[in-house]
Amino acid sequence: MAQMTMIQAITDALRTELKNDENVLVFGEDVGVNGGVFRATDGLQKEFGVDRVFDTPLAESGIGGLAIGLSLTGYRPVPEIQFFGFVYEVMDSISGQLARMSYRSGGVYHAPVTIRSPFGGGVHTPEMHSDSLEGLMASQPGLTVVIPSTPYDAKGLLISSIRDDNPVIFLEHLKLYRSFREEVPEEAYTIPLGKADVKREGADLTIVAYGLMVHESLKAAEELEKDGHSVEVIDLRTIQPLDVETIIASVQKTGRAIVVQEAQKQAGIAANVVAEITERAILHLEAPVLRVAAPDTVYPFPQAEGVWLPNFKDVIETAKKVLEF
Amino acid sequence: MANNNILDPQKTLHEIEEKFEMFQILNEEGEIVNEEANPNLSDDELVELMSRMVYTRILDQRSISLNRQGRLGFYAPTAGQEASQLGSQFALEKEDWILPGYRDVPQIVWHGLPLEKAFLFSRGHFVGNQAPEGVNVLSPQIIIGAQYIQAAGVALGLKKRGTKGVAVTYTGDGGSSQGDFYEGINFAGAFKAPAIFFIQNNQYAISTPRELQTAATTLAQKGVAAGLPSVLVDGMDALAVYAVTKDARERALRGEGPTLIETMCYRYGPHTMAGDDPTRYRTSDIDSEWEKKDPLVRFRKYVEAKGLWSEEKENEVIERAKEEIKQAIKAADATPKQTVTQLMENMYKGDMPSNVKEQYEIYKEKESK
Repeated sequence: MAQMTMIQAITDALRTELKNDENVLVFGEDVGVNGGVFRATDGLQKEFGVDRVFDTPLAESGIGGLAIGLSLTGYRPVPEIQFFGFVYEVMDSISGQLARMSYRSGGVYHAPVTIRSPFGGGVHTPEMHSDSLEGLMASQPGLTVVIPSTPYDAKGLLISSIRDDNPVIFLEHLKLYRSFREEVPEEAYTIPLGKADVKREGADLTIVAYGLMVHESLKAAEELEKDGHSVEVIDLRTIQPLDVETIIASVQKTGRAIVVQEAQKQAGIAANVVAEITERAILHLEAPVLRVAAPDTVYPFPQAEGVWLPNFKDVIETAKKVLEF
Repeated sequence: MANNNILDPQKTLHEIEEKFEMFQILNEEGEIVNEEANPNLSDDELVELMSRMVYTRILDQRSISLNRQGRLGFYAPTAGQEASQLGSQFALEKEDWILPGYRDVPQIVWHGLPLEKAFLFSRGHFVGNQAPEGVNVLSPQIIIGAQYIQAAGVALGLKKRGTKGVAVTYTGDGGSSQGDFYEGINFAGAFKAPAIFFIQNNQYAISTPRELQTAATTLAQKGVAAGLPSVLVDGMDALAVYAVTKDARERALRGEGPTLIETMCYRYGPHTMAGDDPTRYRTSDIDSEWEKKDPLVRFRKYVEAKGLWSEEKENEVIERAKEEIKQAIKAADATPKQTVTQLMENMYKGDMPSNVKEQYEIYKEKESK
């Protein structure tokens, strides 16, 4: 075991899989000799060579096409999109092509591609760096979308993503890269995709969250505990497909739920979670399922992040509305 | 006084453009005009190439007719492009990959896709997209330009594997305006990947003439922007297209990187069979001008003069084509209808995600009734 930040756990997962499978290729803008703009691929080119870990021209669409073509020749590409706000340049390769590869070929071809990309607010990035666009990905049949919130989860989920024979979008929250350390096993281990994790058990209210909002929810749960409320916090970890089973089991137990996301209310995937709960557990609900989300505006100018981004106080406020309904 | 010589069009543009002369081997009369470049195909190969062009012309005529009868769905006519499509495919080997556009069904058929599958593709059935094992083709790409960036990736894969194969892809004149067109050739160039990029310039993108796509006087010169050797070829001349493709392939396999080839050609029919009417944007003068350049006419003259071809031989090919098309349509008719559970099964390798798994059970139940 070693104490790792999330970014170290990610590098460790990449190293593990580069070693484990010679078909794994890591490429993107500045991921080679530079080791990535956040050091996620630090040292990998040196260790595995320029044939396995390499830089590309600056063109996201081309990177997507490269990944598709390489997968057709039997490789297991792990491309990086430098910031997920740049995904619009490569939407066709992801949604129009990768996600459909197996289906459109009638199962003849597959796309074992894992696209890594950072996103998320709270660190005053310039425009189009921090936008939460996971909702776009979650609506594309054929894609699995993973968002870890801890170093331990990040390593296990990334290894699972790379080993998956279908395309996976692996989104890494910028604020969580180095915000804390955690014990992470040195050997390879996997965490199943599509499985949520109950990060805190409770009896009165279910909070469903993902990404940075898991930590805001845990913080809120601690505060609520002081007022005598027992709060369960579910970290989705995979936002598509949803782990409906875990969510419903929790709601059936608590009878109350809120869903917390950093994305705007009209975006993200909170509405999906609410719909699933409504369809499957309405008779267990003591109150409506409310959402914590950002305002429906463009992602804020850096100086406005503090007043715009949802935080633990918003979670407490919404939790109380539901608890006191 | 301002210096007027900084942006001298002669130096910065015209001198470059002048380098893109049309490469031709066979003129409209079926005469060799460039003996030096003659690929010297064997008699058998010449007959085979002629047969394929005739066959494909019949395939086009029959496909249009079958489409009108409602026995085919989506169809993009190919008549006029036989030299461009088949002259290039004829220069390929089995290990080469073809990433076709939506009009490039003939190339993947001659590369090994059974005709009945091509018809199923047209109708919209997944079996049509299931390339047989060892037939290195993708289904016709509908998103114009996407095949270009993917070809760069396939080519890099072949290079990394050390395979003696190249990735070949096709787009049209309109497609050369897409971002993915440029990114594709630029990536392949930067990685020195064994790719051959074709622009089949058939003069029109639906109704939009080639001149409205770009101020560039040739489309071949766009390769300069990516550092690719690029060539403008008479796309109605099967020998010229074949020779250029063969050369590009050998270059690629020597590790010298990709090539961009513009084939100047024409489609006699509409853009697709989905209601396009070329008389709205093309005059009969232009049509007849290009009919004089028909790739079949000149190749027929050439092989006839060599004593390799006759009306009888041509009729044999036509009859064979018609018979095989009839059989292929029958086989397509006999293909079982698609079910939702099949579509779900094709979505993922390995386990289905939980949402699909749940829906799978629902549809399995429905289908069992």
